[in-house]
Amino acid sequence: MSSRTNIFGNIDWWLVVLYLVMVLLGWVNIYAAIYDEEHSSILDLTQRYGKQMIFIGSSLLLALIILLTDAKFFSTFSMIIYLVTIAALVAVLILGKEIAGSRSWFQVGSFSLQPAEFAKFATSLAVANYLGGTNINFRKFTSVFKAFLILAIPAGLIFLQNDTGSALVYSAFIFVFYREGMTGNVLIIALAVIVLFLMALLIDKLVIIAGLLVVAMLLLLIMRRTLRSVAILITFLVLASGFVYSVDYAFANMLEPHHRTRINVLLGKESDLKGAGYNVNQSLIAIGSGGIAGKGFLNGTQTKFNFVPEQSTDFIFCTVGEEWGFIGSTLVVALFVLLILRIIQHSERQRSAFGRIYGYGVASILFFHFAVNIAMTLGLFPVIGIPLPFFSYGGSSLWAFTILLFIFIKLDANRLNIL
Amino acid sequence: MVQKKIFENRKFVVSAIIIATGLIFVLRLFYVQLIDDKYVLSATNNVLRYEVQYPARGLVFDRNGELLVFNEAAYDLMVVPRLVDKPDTAEFCRLLDLSREEFRKRLHKARSYSMHKPSIFVEQVSKEQYGFIEERLYKYPGFFVQSRTLRKYPRPSAGHTLGYIGEVSPAEIEANPYYKSADYIGKSGIEKFYENTLRGKKGLRISMVDVFNRVKGRYMEGRYDSAAIAGNDLYITIDANLQAYGELLMANKKGSIVAIEPATGDILALVSSPSYDPNLLIGRVRSKNYNLLSNDTLIPLFNRALLAMYSPGSTFKLVDALIGQQEGVINPSTAYPCAGLGAVPIKCSHNHYSPLQLVESIEQSCNPYYWNVFKAIIDNPAYGSTRRAYEKWRQYLLSFNLGKTFDTDLLVERSGNVPEPEYYDKYFGKNVWRSMTIRSLSIGQGELLVTPLQLANIAAMISNRGFYYDPHIGKATVKNGVNTPIEFTRHTTMVEPRYFDPVVEGMRRVFAGSHGTARYYANDSITMGGKTGTVQNPHGENHSIFIAFAPIDNPKIAIAVVVENAGYGSTYAAPIATLMMLKYILGDFDAPWFEQRMLETNLID
Repeated sequence: MSSRTNIFGNIDWWLVVLYLVMVLLGWVNIYAAIYDEEHSSILDLTQRYGKQMIFIGSSLLLALIILLTDAKFFSTFSMIIYLVTIAALVAVLILGKEIAGSRSWFQVGSFSLQPAEFAKFATSLAVANYLGGTNINFRKFTSVFKAFLILAIPAGLIFLQNDTGSALVYSAFIFVFYREGMTGNVLIIALAVIVLFLMALLIDKLVIIAGLLVVAMLLLLIMRRTLRSVAILITFLVLASGFVYSVDYAFANMLEPHHRTRINVLLGKESDLKGAGYNVNQSLIAIGSGGIAGKGFLNGTQTKFNFVPEQSTDFIFCTVGEEWGFIGSTLVVALFVLLILRIIQHSERQRSAFGRIYGYGVASILFFHFAVNIAMTLGLFPVIGIPLPFFSYGGSSLWAFTILLFIFIKLDANRLNIL
Repeated sequence: MVQKKIFENRKFVVSAIIIATGLIFVLRLFYVQLIDDKYVLSATNNVLRYEVQYPARGLVFDRNGELLVFNEAAYDLMVVPRLVDKPDTAEFCRLLDLSREEFRKRLHKARSYSMHKPSIFVEQVSKEQYGFIEERLYKYPGFFVQSRTLRKYPRPSAGHTLGYIGEVSPAEIEANPYYKSADYIGKSGIEKFYENTLRGKKGLRISMVDVFNRVKGRYMEGRYDSAAIAGNDLYITIDANLQAYGELLMANKKGSIVAIEPATGDILALVSSPSYDPNLLIGRVRSKNYNLLSNDTLIPLFNRALLAMYSPGSTFKLVDALIGQQEGVINPSTAYPCAGLGAVPIKCSHNHYSPLQLVESIEQSCNPYYWNVFKAIIDNPAYGSTRRAYEKWRQYLLSFNLGKTFDTDLLVERSGNVPEPEYYDKYFGKNVWRSMTIRSLSIGQGELLVTPLQLANIAAMISNRGFYYDPHIGKATVKNGVNTPIEFTRHTTMVEPRYFDPVVEGMRRVFAGSHGTARYYANDSITMGGKTGTVQNPHGENHSIFIAFAPIDNPKIAIAVVVENAGYGSTYAAPIATLMMLKYILGDFDAPWFEQRMLETNLID
């Protein structure tokens, strides 16, 4: 077995370096976001940057342990890991401590843990395990149903914890399913649903339906006018119209009031700069005032003086934008794009379906966090409280993302050992 | 494996979505950070708080160094509307003694000014209220206290002279960009005239605040800050004790007192009665009290000493005596007969022997004597015409600063009236009027009008035997401990010093002579000179007027007293002037018999 001696030899150091750079940049920005002169020591454990230093250290330890673990462990025990995590998600609903309206934390003394964060890699493992099995076919209803069930259980439990943002993360697996053969129409339908939902809130419904009719007519002109295609078209038209009319009801009755306002703010229907719009407005002020090269390390005023809320967690990108400007922000965006693309590239070179699917799971989860978090700080998406991977302050999220990524790095390093 | 290959191409779709997302973010960043500049402005508004540093206004001292005006800290409660959290309005309103309605109104006003910039919420919170509020202010984000200074007056005295400060008017802001809305500026008196000396220079401190409006540090280490520079102190010519004594004597009387140090033109006391306590016109009580004072029928805000114009009456005889001598139409031994009540064209109410010489004519204030003097001046054949002789006479008056204002630091002042010859040309016709036509002028009646200040200056000019300084209030400014005297102009009159001696002697006899009109008020220790005036006026009882100076050979004080509608000059104005001179020269003195009477006299009710 050459793998023993070669254990670090096959590792993709590019991924490791990208990870380290992002974690360190994250720490620098957490330090800047809450810096004050009284507590300038980087290891001051009363401050978040001191604690984050500990989290980074322990994350590196976790990464090392994962790299030293036999790669087969993850595929073999994937379902057990998944079930343990589900158990933890159930337990936190009963035993957890309620913080800011969400019951998603285990707290022992000053130490707290958020199982939802760990559910991400556990679910990825479970999905990889299930879809990687033989006889799985997206044309079969039971396969699709089971695959969605694997996602729905953690997502539902997390939703019950009142942590909507983390629950929505599981929608990212749509990319995994797509890659594994689910019809491409899913992506189009998902996009259509989002567009119709937003348009229904903004434009007169009759106008939308008229628009849909026009689109249907055009399609009729291009398509072969068989009875079947016409029937499908009419079905879709009716479904879409029904959806458009149900949006109001869903919007008014199924969403929490603060979600409604966040969506309204994004759509420009509300502009209460003190209430729901305050966060986004302050976030844009912080980023926008950064200019081309930023105000410089520790010179950001908007984030440091608390104008931006959650400046070390969900809105950490504001500090990047304010202190490092367009150049720094673009660099961070580029780092994420590079990391995710490289994970996808490496996923494709896996010999095992398990490795490939897990890799896509990692890429999808990271992409969802990256896209939603930055879109939120840039006022392109409603405010959904999810962290920016590797950057945001928080032990659970950093550990979970580290585990998520390093399991993939380990699988990738081990790919040649799989026959 | 076949199936896997089919779907492998889907990685391009996924990668494209990821790259597209990244590009959208970069474009959005490009717009927000490089194109749209509104965020930079908002960031500045968020973080920077501009605090004006108000300088301490200069102090004002009297001529002996007694403090007359000082500053007391006052606190304006400021508000930044954006930061206002819905506070417990009930408690907040109770702290500030505001109704809820008023609270809402003020907040609305502040909002309409600016959401981000601080504006005044409650002006000049009292020291007690401030102490109370300060402890609780942390509960009310958006509110902070800015200190500034108020003027305070240890003595309730000299209100007209000191003047007051008030918020700048839009016109004043327009005239001088130094002033910003809600700044204070001298509105009257020395506060206005010496505004530039007293005000100092405002400073600016830019600090950075956090979202709770807590100061987090200075902007750019204070590079753009400027320190406030305190105003210069001012010494004024007023003697606070004399001023207060004068106000006491004039209590319950209408009129004024002007006392001048002849050698310098320093105004020692400037009393206008009824007066007011300058402490009434500061801070929050100002507008209320101002309305009360301006609606008072006795017009306490009107500075009679500078603005009221009276006929000089018999005090004017001194002027005629001086001009007559200088013109060579009379000399000390010139005698004119007096037919008393039967005299023509001007009768004499004083019962005295006849004829009188110059000195005696002053002592006994003989009207026919001065009709004759005036006639001699105006009908002087040397000038060829009444008009030219009158013009010459008028030039003398102008050289005594009658008929014009002084070039000095008194802001409101009337010129009095010495008619130009054109006036009589118009009134009577050219070459028609003669000395007889304008005979009232000879005894200081008719069109002739003077202010109490001008009268006091006549006394000073006579005591100086022919010169005077423009009467003034400012004495010296003090900057960084260095005293700079304020200079005023010395004027020489058209009358030579030697002609003053008989006039001064006459004035001495007003007190010392056996028939002197003020003989009851003579004092053993000080030789004084004076002249009574009893001025007829169409609005009621005669005005009682007296001008005087003392000591006669080394004058320290010259004075004019006017008591309106009080009767003879010798009844009120003379004793009050005498008391003032004794007070100034002797300091503490044994009160003569008439002091009590003057203090108690009430001519108003």
